[in-house]
This record gives sequence, structure tokens and C-alpha cells, in this order.
Amino acid sequence: MGKELTIGFLPLVDACLPILAREHGFAEDEGISIRLVKDMSWATVLDRLLYGHSDAAHLVAPLAIATTLGRGRPAQPLSVPFVLGLNGNAITMRPEIVARLGTHGKLGDPAKVGKALAAIVQERLAAGKPMRFGVVHRYSSHNYMLRYWLAACGIRPDRDVEIATVAPPFCADALKAGEVDAICVGEPWNSVAVECGAGEIVLVTAQIWRRGVEKVLAMREPVLEDRRDAVEALIRALVKAGRHFVDPENWQANADILARSEYLDGDPVLIRRAISDRLLLSRGGELVHFPDFMFQYREAANFPWVSQAEWLYTQMVRWDGLTFDPDDAEKAARVFRPDIYRSALLGTREPLPGASSKVEGSLGQTTAVGTQQGTMTLESNRFFDGMIFDPADLSGYLARLP
Amino acid sequence: MRIAIIDESAARASVIQEGLVALEGCEIFIVTDRRGLVARIEEIAPDIVFMDLGNPSRDVLEEYFTVSRAVSRPIAMFVDESDEETIAASVDAGVSAYVVDGLAANRIRPLLDLTVRRFNAFARLQSDLAEAKGKLAERETIDKAKRILMDSRGLPEPQAYAELRRTAMNQNKRIADIAEAVITAHKLMGGK
Repeated sequence: MGKELTIGFLPLVDACLPILAREHGFAEDEGISIRLVKDMSWATVLDRLLYGHSDAAHLVAPLAIATTLGRGRPAQPLSVPFVLGLNGNAITMRPEIVARLGTHGKLGDPAKVGKALAAIVQERLAAGKPMRFGVVHRYSSHNYMLRYWLAACGIRPDRDVEIATVAPPFCADALKAGEVDAICVGEPWNSVAVECGAGEIVLVTAQIWRRGVEKVLAMREPVLEDRRDAVEALIRALVKAGRHFVDPENWQANADILARSEYLDGDPVLIRRAISDRLLLSRGGELVHFPDFMFQYREAANFPWVSQAEWLYTQMVRWDGLTFDPDDAEKAARVFRPDIYRSALLGTREPLPGASSKVEGSLGQTTAVGTQQGTMTLESNRFFDGMIFDPADLSGYLARLP
Repeated sequence: MRIAIIDESAARASVIQEGLVALEGCEIFIVTDRRGLVARIEEIAPDIVFMDLGNPSRDVLEEYFTVSRAVSRPIAMFVDESDEETIAASVDAGVSAYVVDGLAANRIRPLLDLTVRRFNAFARLQSDLAEAKGKLAERETIDKAKRILMDSRGLPEPQAYAELRRTAMNQNKRIADIAEAVITAHKLMGGK
């Protein structure tokens, strides 16, 4: 019992690491066992975590912070000792809109696509039928990435366009029925929409922020303290799963595992596309390779950078219309626990960065960084608009945002 | 009081409805279609909404409540700290509840308790059904294996069954497992 961890997840490709840690015996090698509980909404994944049905959860990163700050429900402190991956989402639009954007069959430049989209947005607004976007949750990285991109392109979310919540399994359906014009969702749901001709992929979120934090492993703070040894073993197992996941040798086998009915219950062909960073943008087209579409392992991808939690907090202030509160910023920052990550991997072959926070968006090229252990280089981590997030000045950053 | 039950399983929704109609002064609405969910809820204007935890539209509904709180009709999730125990019971049973702000807790609790009981009753019904189905399938497997033994070894029925039973006892296995093995072996040997 002490060695079993129950982990809640939603059937998405980026639930891969806990699933593979279990399936390939990495958890067992570390002396723990993983029990997985599949749900169909983030609300239920979170309820199970808060009411003790699960010990940990695959969770959209902003929701871990929103829960800690008591947004929408009584506050409960959550902790994130491990990031399950960066990016891996895409923006998919109805084909007639893509035709007007002129990006059919390719991933366009985000700034140019945004400019072309702004014209359509204004047209629709004038006609009294504002464009409608679907995201998977108010407190999701999808919502924040989409809004970041729109706002930087001069499109005001909630004024010029509507942004609604759509459940991932219904995204393709909602696009097809015209309930929404575009969706920002994780895989395999963009590919499912492409496959049935409901939409075409226009951008991937890695184009908006090259190294954007996505799903996290979230736990209740007291549970993390109680189960500290098991959690550290889990972190080591998840890192091994990450190494296995990115190896091209394993793509097919892992796609087949994830496709099983107890996990994603989906099509291994579509799942393999996401795993291999090769997406079909429109039905009948060619696969387009976008390196690091998903980012689960290299450059200590799973390290819970405190600066990333702080960036998420600034977006929460921005889009929930809150007043910046240094105490809340501090609480949000403390959700990410690099100390646990370090403690789990000290003495292994995995590199550990020297710092726990970094200036996000500042690297334009591959840069060697100081480490606590091993050697480490970081590649570009730019935002598409070139803005830089300095965690030392959160309110200054908020003031500079459009 | 207006109560909306959102459940993609029409069978479960009616089991819950059955439990609630006995209460006085309750008007019950069942929503099983996910399309136009928010519009339908807006139209019903419920005081309480019950939704099963497995419903993929929970995030959609919560988003609607968050937005509508700022607009007109405030609805809060039933997660007051004082009700922790009730909420834990409802999560255990697999149902979530959303309640209009300001509705007295003493009016809500009996309703929620009743719903939780109906949810649990439905879950029991389902597991009974699954068990019954499993038993039926086992009986069919055993019958099939018996016929194979009768045909291939010319045994009368009671003896074919006795053979299966004896083997099961000797190997410390269930008769159904031995029957399954007989059928598999028979198929491998080219039988039908």
C-alpha cells in the first residue's frame, strides 16, 4: 500500500509518462507501483485528487495554481514536483477560415497568421457574429497560449472574439457543427478533427512559446510530504519513461500502448503523429515535421521552473481581471517544487540546472547553462512576439503586455 | 425547487428522478443530450444541478457557472468547507452537485443524500447485472466444452460434466477455466 501511487489522468497523448512508467516496468524498477484512474473532465480529475481517490494527477498547469489560490472553489494547496511535458497542443480552425488565411497545408508564421485572422475577426464582429474559439478549460495552458497569441496580434479576447470551454472529445464535433470556428486542444483531438475534415491545423502552441509549460504532475501538498519517498521514486520512473518516449525506436510500440482502450482508446496512427512531432495538418495532405511539437525529456524538460509558475500567475491575473497581489504571486510560485525534483534525481545521470528560476523567452540560440549536476544546454525558448518574462519584475511584465 | 439532472445515461437519470419525485415541491428536468447543454440549463434555470462525474461536459458546465456568476444567476459549486463530508460522499458515489448561491444548506443536504443513495443503488444494480451476465457466459462456455467432450470421446452428458469437474478439482481451477481451455484446445486442433 505504501508503495502504490494512484494517478488520475485524462485520455490525452501527454498522459504518456505515467502510463509508460507503468507499462514498461520503470515504476517497478524504482520499487513502486502505479494505479491509473481515467476520467473525462478536469473537474473530475481534480475532485478525485482533492477527495483522496488519487494521490497525484495529470493536470493542466494553470489549474494547479488556480486551486492553490482558491479560484472558483475553496483554496487547497497543490504541489507540482514534476512537469509532465511542454507544449503538444495545436490550434485547429474550420477549413473555410484556413482557406482565407492562406495557410492550407502548412504551419504559418504566428504573427502573419494573426494579422490575417484579425481582418476576419473584425469582419465577423461587424456582422454581429463574433468568432468563437473553444479551449478545454478556463485554467488550461491552451487558454493562456491562445489568448497570448490573439492579444499579441491585436485581437482582444472576450471583446473581439468569444472563448468558450469545449470538452476535448467533442471538439471535432463542435467544429463540424459550427458551434466554434476554432479550437485549441491537445492531441489526439486536433488530428481527430483533421481526419474527419472538420478542421485544419493552423498553428502549434510551440510556435507561440517555444518552451511553454503544459501538463504537470499535481499532488496535494500534505500528501506530497507524507509520500515523499514514493514520490521521488515516481519522479525517477517518469524520467525514464520520458527518455523511452522520445526515442524513435519506441514510437510505434508506445503509440500502440497509449491507444489501448484502458488508456486513450484511440487510433495508434494519430497518436504516433503527435509522438513523432509529425502532424497531418489537413485531410489528404502530407505529414509536416515540426521538431519539439511535444517536449517531454531533453533539456530537463520536466524540471518545475519556478519562473514558469510565476508566468502562469501573471496570465491568471491578466485574464481573470485580478489585481496583481504579491502574496498570491508568492503562493503560486511555491506550487512548483524544484527542491523535490532535485532531491529525486541527485546522483543519477540526469542533469540538474543550477538555478530554479530563469528569464523566460530570453534565449534565441543554444546556450550552455550552469548546473548542479551534469551538463546542460538550453535551446531557444522564445515567445513568438519576442517579449521577455523576467520573474524579478512580474508587475512590470504585466504592465507591458497588450 | 427546480432540479436538473444531467446524465448521458438515461437509465441512471430516471433512477435518480424516481428517487426525487417523492419530495414535495420539486420539479425535475432530465438532460441527456450534450448538444446545447448550456442553453438548456439556461432555459431550465435550475436551483440545483446534479451531474455524474464521468460526464465530459463537466468543465463546460463549471465554466458556464463561473461566467454566469458575474452576469446574472449566481450558481456555486456545492463545496463549502462545512459540507466536506457530504461532498466526499457524493464524489465517492460519482455525482457532483451545483447549487444556487444562498439556498439554505438544510434544504440541500437531504436532496444530496437522496441523490447519493440513488447513485449508489444504480451502481449496485449495474454490478449485479454484470455479474449475472458473467455467470450466463460461463454457463455457455461449460455447455460448449461438454458438447466437445461428448462428441470427441462419446461420453454421455453427466460424465462429460464430471470429467470437467474432476480436472478442475485436480488442477485447483474453476470449471469455467477448464472449459475455456477445452474450447481453445479444440479450436487449435481444427475443431469448430
